Amino acid sequence: MSERVKSTEKSPAEDAPQPGPVQKDAATKDAVKAAKAGAALPSLGVVGMFRWAWTQLTSMRTALFLLLLLAVAAVPGSLFPQRPANPSVVTQYIKDHPDYGKLLDSVQLYDVYSSAWFSAIYILLFISLIGCVVPRAIAHYKAMRSQPPRTPKRLSRLPEYGTLVVPADAGIPASDAIEDAAALLKKRGYRVDVRHDDGARPSLGAERGFLREVGNLVFHTSLIGVLVSVAVGGLFGYSGQRILVEGDTFVNTLVGYDQFTPGTNFQSGQLQPYSIQLDKFQATFDRESQGKFGQPIDFTADVTTKENPGAPAKKEVLKVNDPVTLGGTSIYLTGNGYAPVVTVRDGKGNVAMQGPVVAKLQGENYYSSVVIKVPDAKPDQLGFAGFFLPTAFVTEQGISFSGDPDLINPQLSLNSYYGDLGLDKGAPQNVFELDVKGLKELNSRKAEAGGITLAPGNTYTLPEGKGSITFDGVKKYVGVDIHHNPGQLSALIFALLAVAGLIVSLYVNRRRVWVRTGTHEDGRTMVEYGLLARGEDHRLAGEAATLRSLLAGKWNLDADNPETAPSNSSPAGSPEPKKDQ
Amino acid sequence: MFPINETMGQYSELFMLLAAGTYTVAFIAFAWDLARSSKSLKAIDLKAAAAGASADTSAKVPVAAGASAGAATPRPAGSGGGRLSGPADRAERPSSYASSANGAGQTADDSMRYGERRAPARVAVALTVLGAAIHAAAVLTRAVGAGRVPWGNMYEFLTTGAFVAAAVFLVVLIRRDLRFLGTFVVGLVVIMLVAASVAFWTPVGHLVPALQSYWLIIHVSIAVLSSALFTLTFAMSALQLVQSHRQRTIAAGGADKLGFMRLVPSALSLENLSYRINAIAFIGWTFTLMFGAIWAEKAWGRFWGWDTKEVWTFVIWVVYAGYLHARATRGWTGTRAAWLSIVGYLCVVFNFTIVNQFFNGLHSYSGL
Ligand code: HEM
Repeated sequence: MSERVKSTEKSPAEDAPQPGPVQKDAATKDAVKAAKAGAALPSLGVVGMFRWAWTQLTSMRTALFLLLLLAVAAVPGSLFPQRPANPSVVTQYIKDHPDYGKLLDSVQLYDVYSSAWFSAIYILLFISLIGCVVPRAIAHYKAMRSQPPRTPKRLSRLPEYGTLVVPADAGIPASDAIEDAAALLKKRGYRVDVRHDDGARPSLGAERGFLREVGNLVFHTSLIGVLVSVAVGGLFGYSGQRILVEGDTFVNTLVGYDQFTPGTNFQSGQLQPYSIQLDKFQATFDRESQGKFGQPIDFTADVTTKENPGAPAKKEVLKVNDPVTLGGTSIYLTGNGYAPVVTVRDGKGNVAMQGPVVAKLQGENYYSSVVIKVPDAKPDQLGFAGFFLPTAFVTEQGISFSGDPDLINPQLSLNSYYGDLGLDKGAPQNVFELDVKGLKELNSRKAEAGGITLAPGNTYTLPEGKGSITFDGVKKYVGVDIHHNPGQLSALIFALLAVAGLIVSLYVNRRRVWVRTGTHEDGRTMVEYGLLARGEDHRLAGEAATLRSLLAGKWNLDADNPETAPSNSSPAGSPEPKKDQ
Repeated sequence: MFPINETMGQYSELFMLLAAGTYTVAFIAFAWDLARSSKSLKAIDLKAAAAGASADTSAKVPVAAGASAGAATPRPAGSGGGRLSGPADRAERPSSYASSANGAGQTADDSMRYGERRAPARVAVALTVLGAAIHAAAVLTRAVGAGRVPWGNMYEFLTTGAFVAAAVFLVVLIRRDLRFLGTFVVGLVVIMLVAASVAFWTPVGHLVPALQSYWLIIHVSIAVLSSALFTLTFAMSALQLVQSHRQRTIAAGGADKLGFMRLVPSALSLENLSYRINAIAFIGWTFTLMFGAIWAEKAWGRFWGWDTKEVWTFVIWVVYAGYLHARATRGWTGTRAAWLSIVGYLCVVFNFTIVNQFFNGLHSYSGL
């Protein structure tokens, strides 16, 4: 970057493509400057150190280095399980790799994207970016307000150079010719400055393509905008999950969530108490193609929403890829499954539990696990664990599996236990797991009574008079994610700005054109012009050709005719004749 | 949702096979072209050497290429920038001195315009066009058979991606003589088709709900297109490395052991063209990243979650941003930039193969 800023201060002569000597010149100049600075400041000192560090940090080389470092640093996040995405997998991973699992944790490899080292890299990168953008913006602002640089003595040294000769009888003197050229360049979007002070040899300097730099600045600034938007989202946003069985209603309050992740600055007052009820869920499976028979092809949830408790109810449809927005949040359909409805009676014959039990997906075709905890059963608490199969099949080895995702032959197979479920101790328990350690087994395949296998409508009476369980039917459930991200819109706007800036900066070309005219002894008007690109520009030769033909057209010359080029006034050191395209 | 048409699916597979066969023949023709041209260039060289011994230095070597004859010594740098404008330090690099130090011409000159007629290359291109036409029919029948865009699983990514790679190559060929890349591009296309049919074959079917979104159409098509462009620049960058090594060797007076590289333009012109293609592809990749984020927001409620696929898309983006920076950083243009372009492409390949298959993430449904 510092290279760039310096180059704007260069005189046009230095910009001319004489790389070897010019670069050396610039280097010596810098050395002189540095030497002068050194003379004024014998030792570096604190300020000098700081300035040195700043120059280093904002150099193009450092930016490149930090970018590549960022790319490398992002990789481990895809190799190791990440806590924010899935904390339980991380815990399991550490358990499975006792040798280095903990070590990885100590260097934050399970939290790569919030780790100290990852943050350090991108914060440095963005400081470097600001250090880049600000001086560059100032330099560019100045460049935009100043006149195009003075006309170089030798236009023939520019990468694109050409000459035209207007015959004496055309009646176009040098001063008119330069005005013609100026008008033409202005029309092509150049900013033009005509210089008559050279007396007999008037010239003009023209420049265009300032948008290139503007685009680059917009691009880099927008990246900062995206980062800030993301940070705002993290501070003030929140997200949560909830499972809804058909008929259930979710109310947007903290207790309404199964799982809730607040942003750093979240306040519970932010939650608007809207409600959403799952009326019906419909899953459609592929019955057409052989190869993908039974693959899900559509999930549709019919819901009833209310903006707040007093508002009128509204029917809406929630689908994958099509969230419902409500109260500043978006609600996403992220999962679904079956919830067998059961009735459990205890040893005294009372209904101890009745309702749907969410079955957790385990394998293909909605093969799901079921855990039923009945703390209200008396005299002993009851617990059940087993599987739900929408379409039950049993292999010859006695292994049951689900043959289809639809409810063709639903079956509940359970083990049962009694004893103290441990729910009263207050320690949080996973509803999807039953800890059987302190429990006595009633039913299982190994037990005398065998396991419990139920079809809808069936009832099984537990051994030892512990009660009974009835499989009443099957409902469906959905898992929804609820997100509020206040940084989202501005992130999108900045991202769009960034792309716009990127395209402009890659496709607008910054060019300078100089034209000089003069009158030959024999009365002909001699015109020479040169073009210079700033930065990448593969169309400079094309622009030179266009300008040539436009000028020739204006003066009724034959642009392709070499005769229009003066044979005797070709300056020394002029380049070999260009091969044309 | 359109019904599945399995007959169309079978036609599609037949066309895929035919296309792969045609491409294979095209590949052989391209390889033949390389071998033959390299031989004939050597003959021209010998003749030129004989002529050069007797004639004065301005004798023209009769080759189609634009490289000037008798340029065994580097041209003055100031005149080297005629068509190759760029950052000021560009002409300082040894590769650009050496760019004209080729001695003999190249089949594709530095501007990569078409020059001399090469019969085998023409046959190869014609065969590639034929292969691409059959391939297009294959992709189209697949789309009709499935009643949707044909990019919903690995098989379809590969077959459609291969088609886009071939098509992009042919489109660029209209403007620039990149036939020296033929063996590479067509070879890769054949590999992709074979891999698709052998390892990833999937019958026509509907999309899972997670993929049913118009963002699939936008996001994936741009990703595939950008990847095809990255494929071209990868090949060019690799050749650039070889070429600049060769040019340095020759400039230092060494023997030219890589005769076939005479078919390839100078390192500098390879670099310049691949920069331009990479710039387009980078914009495409930026859109891929953005549209992916928008889709993720629609599907999962967060626009960025560092899912493995997202991580690698980001890594690729940053590497190519680094490449663009390198082109503007003193000391990083040329060979180092080419390395970055290669690393970027390796990441693209990794993202598509390893990440799709072996990494678990939200994107894993992309379907085997
Ligand atoms: C957040 C990290 C960054 C990213 C992703 C990034 C990306 C890019 C991209 C894609 C380009 C090429 C497009 C264009 O010319 O506008 C570019 C150009 C440029 N960047 Fe960055 N950049 C980053 C940080 C920086 C920093 C820290 C600096 C300053 C040291 C910097 C200085 C420049 C300059 C000078 C150019 C223009 C190069 C030219 O004219 O060809 N960038 N950047």
